[in-house]
Amino acid sequence: MKPHRGRIWANRLALSLATASALFGLTLLAIILFDIVKHGLSSMNWALLTEDPAGPMGGGGLKGAFLGQAMLTLVATLVGAPVGILAGTYLAEYGRGKKISKVCLSLCDLAMSLPSIVVGIFVYSILVKPFGGFNGWAGSAALAIIMIPLVTRTTESMLTMVPWTLREAALALGSPYHQVIIKVVYRKAASGLLTGVLLAIARIAGETAPLMFTSFNNNYFELNMSRPVPSVTVSVYQYAGSPYEAWIGQAWAAALVVTVVVLFLNILGRLTVKWKS
Amino acid sequence: MKRFQNIVFFLMTFLAAASLVLLTVGVLVTLIVESRPGFERFGFLSFLLSNQWNYGTEMFGALRPLTGTVLAALGAVTLATPVALGVAVFLTELCPARLKTGIAMAIELLAAIPSIIYGLWGLFALAPFLEKYFQPLMGWLLGGLPWIGGYFQTQLAGGLNLVTASMVLAVMILPFIASLAREGFAQVPEVLKESAYGLGATRWETIVAVVWPTSKRAVISGIIMAAGRALGETMAVAYVIGNRHGALDSLFSPYVTITSVIANEFNEAGPIQMSALFYLTLALFLANLLVLSLARALMRKE
Repeated sequence: MKPHRGRIWANRLALSLATASALFGLTLLAIILFDIVKHGLSSMNWALLTEDPAGPMGGGGLKGAFLGQAMLTLVATLVGAPVGILAGTYLAEYGRGKKISKVCLSLCDLAMSLPSIVVGIFVYSILVKPFGGFNGWAGSAALAIIMIPLVTRTTESMLTMVPWTLREAALALGSPYHQVIIKVVYRKAASGLLTGVLLAIARIAGETAPLMFTSFNNNYFELNMSRPVPSVTVSVYQYAGSPYEAWIGQAWAAALVVTVVVLFLNILGRLTVKWKS
Repeated sequence: MKRFQNIVFFLMTFLAAASLVLLTVGVLVTLIVESRPGFERFGFLSFLLSNQWNYGTEMFGALRPLTGTVLAALGAVTLATPVALGVAVFLTELCPARLKTGIAMAIELLAAIPSIIYGLWGLFALAPFLEKYFQPLMGWLLGGLPWIGGYFQTQLAGGLNLVTASMVLAVMILPFIASLAREGFAQVPEVLKESAYGLGATRWETIVAVVWPTSKRAVISGIIMAAGRALGETMAVAYVIGNRHGALDSLFSPYVTITSVIANEFNEAGPIQMSALFYLTLALFLANLLVLSLARALMRKE
């Protein structure tokens, strides 16, 4: 056995390194948030949320982009959340333990791991190219495609956690299975399902790559979903790549808003699940 | 009536689950169909091994975007893994219980920040910093080495290059690896650890001799999944990689990745270039599938 003192020092060294890397990770988070807040606040003003885009010399805002992104996300959620919850229901209830449900779960993992740009390209070829132009529906579809596997996965694991005896108790009272699922299982798992949906919304609300080739962008206020719909993230991408100070400033300010919204939804989602348990 | 409702509800859930199958198969089929013109023109191996990206002659090859993607992801995993494992060890073994949830949550919030925000930060905060301090330092330290010295010298000015991309990716996957590793470490039964302590092992010896062997499959598969994320990451990389189709003469040279090429060129591409871009997307899809299968195979072998 090694001398005692050597072992103690090896222990101290290794554990200090671990502590140092945790501190490093936290510092990194602090630096990134600090940079976003610093740059974001220095160009933040009401005009960003209330005015239409102006030229690169300053002024104007991204009203349309904020509304556009909210609408794209909302439509995606209206489709993605129910489909995801239903799919998760099939996997955890009707298909539990069956071969088909294992296959679906594997494909769900694959869909979850798809790079978002691949989803964007896919939607471009099925919903943009055949219809002759970028449109909002395609953007929402791309976001929904990203959302469905996320919600399916959380739903499946939340429903699996509901004790089977609970279902048996309800079935013994004579309720048909669908009512057991809706009135007993869903209610028991409600906070978990909500968390899954909120985290998925947080994920899609900040997406850029799937929108670039689908809803594209639009300098004007446009809420017609069959036309290109502006979005904040794509605007940030375009503005940050421009050589104009004013646009770069607006990109930072818009990025700050996106970060705050995404982190808020995320924290809300995490608190929801804690609040119930 | 109730039976009818039951059937309708069953069908709805079944169709929703089937949509996942349709979706994944649909993506694969669409990518294959759309990249066919590219396949017919450039072939398979000759596409993968060609370093051409010429708009004039319309000759396109995947070699450079592919190496860029793989190198950036490898670099990111190499940089992020030690820190992430340190964070996981700290959280499971050392951290006072009061701080635990707070710190774990802070690290996971890092993972929730959208890709575009990391890109913006990389472009305007990290890249100038690296250009000013890190690149000269590396050039001075390692630039004089025989054979490989040139790879550490800054040949083209600017902070947008492969190393910057790797670093931004490393920051992005760090929380992902850390939280998966933490879950892996936390699943090691207390009794096992206590038996090591009982034999007089120090904390570190317990981690090396008990915690790591019991959890390594989960942790390594998490690292592989993180590599998969790094492969497909788009916005952050598109900002900081520099987007230059040229030979990689230095790690500090602007380069391309599959995702950066798609993000920058897709909307302005002509038909042949477009099919080359679809072909690249297909390559990315398959690379991602490979990485995912590897991670799952590792998990299942227990």
